[in-house]
Amino acid sequence: MIFADAIAWLLDPVNWSGAKSIPVRVGVHLLYCLGAVLGASLIAVPLGLYIGHTGRGGVLLVGSSNALRALPTLGLVTFLYLVMNGVQTVSVLIALVVLAVPPILAGTYAGIQDVDRGVVDAARGMGMTGSQRLWRVELPNALPLLVGGLRNATLQVVATASVAAYVGIETLGRPLLDGLRVLDYAQVVGGAVLIALLAVGLDLLLALAGKLVIPRGLRLAAETRRRVKPVEEAEVVDVV
Amino acid sequence: MGDIAKYLGDAGTRSALLTMLLDHIYLSLVPLVISVVLAVVLGLACHRFRWVNTVLVSVSNVLYTIPSLALFVIIPAVIGTSVLAPVNVVIALTLYTTTLLVRPVAEALAAVPDHVRAAATAMGFRPWRRFLTVELPLAVPVLAAGVRVGSVSNISLVSVGALIGTGGLGVLFTDGFRQRYLAPIIVGIVLTMVLALVVDLILVVLRNALTPWTKAGRS
Repeated sequence: MIFADAIAWLLDPVNWSGAKSIPVRVGVHLLYCLGAVLGASLIAVPLGLYIGHTGRGGVLLVGSSNALRALPTLGLVTFLYLVMNGVQTVSVLIALVVLAVPPILAGTYAGIQDVDRGVVDAARGMGMTGSQRLWRVELPNALPLLVGGLRNATLQVVATASVAAYVGIETLGRPLLDGLRVLDYAQVVGGAVLIALLAVGLDLLLALAGKLVIPRGLRLAAETRRRVKPVEEAEVVDVV
Repeated sequence: MGDIAKYLGDAGTRSALLTMLLDHIYLSLVPLVISVVLAVVLGLACHRFRWVNTVLVSVSNVLYTIPSLALFVIIPAVIGTSVLAPVNVVIALTLYTTTLLVRPVAEALAAVPDHVRAAATAMGFRPWRRFLTVELPLAVPVLAAGVRVGSVSNISLVSVGALIGTGGLGVLFTDGFRQRYLAPIIVGIVLTMVLALVVDLILVVLRNALTPWTKAGRS
């Protein structure tokens, strides 16, 4: 059975030591993912906050961010690799940042856009300046969607970092490509399982971090809304 | 630029490009069409039976963490097709796109107001006719939004198939990389993005044609 073979590959001590061992590849994979998500956040979060806060450039943003999603990562990696004369690290990082920007940007922008206008107006009525409104009202209210965007971006980057192995980086894509060349499915499935575990682990971590940073008031509001909603709908039906 | 002109100047290259483009369209759009049908059926099941929803949510969460490259090669090992068969890519992308579409479809069906459903029933619509002519059309805007995301991501994912030797525009990337030749890579990136853009425009036109009432609301 192929999955039994994959588990055997995963547990084989030979794969757990040396420069091409599983721990090294997991580490490299993680480093690239962290770098890409951090880099993309540095670009996408301020941009999303600015556009969401000022309401300027939303249409342009949606269009260009959709165009970015259509950029094939494999094409971008090989292109940058050749343009930069074989500097793998930078070419892979840039390609992964490009991949991670659209979901984070969309999450941040949608988060700010979705903030109840009444809440923002109330903040203005209380005499808050533009930046106070942004940092103390809009940003905390936007956090659930912003964290959602970060989780999406992380999932995509973790899955796609395997493509980096094609230009010679020791990510978890290596066992996929190596196994494919010699038709050793145990290696391929083993590598895929590792990537999936990594993705699930990071997603859980981010979900937990999201729980910690999202203000308690927001969670209470969401729960009350959920509890109240069915009653409202029932009333509508009654009236009809 | 001169390189690209020289590359495109060769008639053999141009006909090869056309084959790749057609392969790419086939590999990315066939899964999209199958997924729409599957997602509507599964979305309906989700909407009617709670347990289907629970199962699908957990399956899709796991499926999304499996890298496309891995799925492309695991599928032949599981169902016994040849490694190089394009059908692997079609199955993998169908799986991704269906999971992407099911949840929004189920939510859109659940969001159809009860009084609309009640009105259709009162007018004598039987459940199937009500579903096909009232509930499903009302879910089209949400479905269309999902299909647009799915088409863009399929078109960009098919390129990865080149690493396992299926056709499509991704072959330009692996060829260019092997020969250290930039022109095919640039042509491949441009063609992929143009294809995504054109398909997206077609989808927008299709959505507007299928939902004439949204235009009436806007004007």
